[in-house]
Amino acid sequence: MAAQNFRHALFCAIVTLIIAYPILGLNLEARGIDITLTGADTFTVVMVFIAAVVVFAFQLFRDGIMETFKSLPGLRSGGAHKEPMAENRRARIESWVITGIVVLALFWPFFVSRGSVDLATLVLIYVILALGLNVVVGLAGLLDLGYVAFYAVGAYTFALLSEYLGVSFWLALPIGALLAALFGLVLGFPVLRLRGDYLAIVTLGFGEIIRILLNNWTSLTGGPNGIGGIPDPTLFGMEFGRRVKEEGNVSFHETFGIAYAGEHKVIFLYLIALVLAVFTALVIRRFMRMPVGRAWEALREDEIAARSLGMSRTAVKLSAFTIGAFFAGFAGTVFASKQGFISPESFVFLESAIILAIVVLGGMGSQIGVILAAVAVTILPELAREFSEYRMLIFGAAMVLMMVWRPQGLMPMRRIHIELKGQE
Amino acid sequence: MLEVKNLSMRFGGLLAVDQVSLDVQEHEIVSIIGPNGAGKTTVFNCISGFYKPSGGQILFEGKEIQGKPDFRISRLGMVRTFQHVRLFGNMTVVENLLVAQHRHLNTNLIAGLLKTPDYREREKKSLERARYWLDRVGLLDLANREAGNLAYGQQRRLEIARCMVTEPKLLMLDEPAAGLNPAETRELDQLIVSLKEDYNVSVLLIEHDMSLVMGISDRITVINQGRPLASGKPEDIRENEDVIKAYLGEA
Ligand SMILES: Nc1ncnc2c1ncn2[C@@H]1O[C@H](COP(=O)(O)OP(=O)(O)OP(=O)(O)O)[C@@H](O)[C@H]1O
Ligand SMILES: [Mg+2]
Repeated sequence: MAAQNFRHALFCAIVTLIIAYPILGLNLEARGIDITLTGADTFTVVMVFIAAVVVFAFQLFRDGIMETFKSLPGLRSGGAHKEPMAENRRARIESWVITGIVVLALFWPFFVSRGSVDLATLVLIYVILALGLNVVVGLAGLLDLGYVAFYAVGAYTFALLSEYLGVSFWLALPIGALLAALFGLVLGFPVLRLRGDYLAIVTLGFGEIIRILLNNWTSLTGGPNGIGGIPDPTLFGMEFGRRVKEEGNVSFHETFGIAYAGEHKVIFLYLIALVLAVFTALVIRRFMRMPVGRAWEALREDEIAARSLGMSRTAVKLSAFTIGAFFAGFAGTVFASKQGFISPESFVFLESAIILAIVVLGGMGSQIGVILAAVAVTILPELAREFSEYRMLIFGAAMVLMMVWRPQGLMPMRRIHIELKGQE
Repeated sequence: MLEVKNLSMRFGGLLAVDQVSLDVQEHEIVSIIGPNGAGKTTVFNCISGFYKPSGGQILFEGKEIQGKPDFRISRLGMVRTFQHVRLFGNMTVVENLLVAQHRHLNTNLIAGLLKTPDYREREKKSLERARYWLDRVGLLDLANREAGNLAYGQQRRLEIARCMVTEPKLLMLDEPAAGLNPAETRELDQLIVSLKEDYNVSVLLIEHDMSLVMGISDRITVINQGRPLASGKPEDIRENEDVIKAYLGEA
């Protein structure tokens, strides 16, 4: 017991360091055309370190501390029966914490550098992707290695629609997501009859087929050269560029009589991504309490029993696959808009692997865990660019360590129970 | 309502079920008995669509169902339990019953997201139905427990409740009394009779507990080594020499 606590505490402290140090300590600064990384000052480093020590101490003596604060919900998951009331309260505390984080995230970009906001937008895109894949892998238990294909469908939908038809971001967003969902439905139908490893291999193949198609259909997609000039989102018809590109639009800085600043656009995109990420999280949370969410879980837990109760395996799995694809389409549209240029390069298998790694690291099925893991997995490689050759190596090592130490992920899923009122 | 004609099921070289026929009428409890490995569960698996029979015909309310997918057969109103209890162990007791009612629920995603009146109404009704059946099988106090943590006898009863919330016409129970103590077996006995009397459900039962079978069955079919041995009223079966031989020979 004690040894287990010690290991757990050490693990938590290290995670704190790994997450806190880059976020609080490192800064991306633009000097001219270069973006440089400046290290933290001593004070921040000391504070981060102290925080890690506090986390370590707390986790180590958690049982004792929890004993004294009996009213606070325990942190250990999968224990014996938990009091239903405590669980409710924990859910409440959790939703307060999340609300706090979201509010913080809303104001945060106005106080930091442009580079950080840009990176944060990327993180949010990965959060959306990971939440979507979490439905497929974590909730429905389908190992999908070609998830990036739907991301690509979303991104290319926007790119092509804007290039050929001049469709704006806001219109492309739902179209991209719906088209990705349609792809999910059509690809999923033949594939979902397969199980386990076979499913993984075939989805992997589908992912690659879509990428190769994009690469070779040069007349439409520009092949490896990609598509550029993808427009930024507009705010009620206001553009964020220095000059208005489209006839009839006005520009944001002129409307409000403020000086033009490149940050506006970056922050706006960040906020869009944030809203979409919150939307994704909320919708999926709701799904988990709906019949469809229960069906995913039932089929994952005992397929035979689920079928004996009249559940169609194909329909249920297809719904998970389609919903996952839908959110990937969302993320793809935002990504295309953020980059302004996309090519098949952005949708290689590695991306699928990264998103899957986020889901596994975060704890399959767990939303908060997945969000944390998305932050860690996206930010770390950006910061450790010097080590980029070793990136995959570190990545692999991290996965192996996770599997050994915490196979249930950073924050294992806690089920949202539905309760019969007035019992117990 | 259920009619099985000359059902055969072959696994490679093994003819697990050979030309078995039986039928269940409305408002009737029919039992299948036979020594271990006789092929009783295999008959169940064929009827409920988990196996595709190698031969024969299965009719439910006059329509052929052999070879149909399992979930479609279940939706016709024929629900089964399993010899080894199959609950959704990580879900709570009441959630197990909600999962079973997914066909009574509004599964439209948009309706669920917007919590339309229809969605709420059906969600409420299914919770009520769950509460009713939990009360009926005496598990109401454990409604919010994880199903996997229940005692064995309770799990058995939950499995039956989970079938009943789907409002089946025919209930198929595979050795429901296995592992129960005598008191629990008596309760089960009463429950099954009440299902027939009060809820007008026909029951097809596989059971080794002879006193249970003889007590509640309207008719009994005996299978031995995949082949039908005898069928008839409990008193006839009790007297039947082939049956006695088969059981004694095995014992
Ligand atoms: N999927 C299968 N593949 C191969 N053989 C099988 C399969 N299912 C059942 N059998 C064989 O069919 C025969 C009948 O098995 P079954 O489970 O139907 O017997 P049972 O009457 O239910 O026995 P018990 O009283 O022990 O439950 C056994 O010999 C078994 O090994
Ligand atoms: Mg059996």
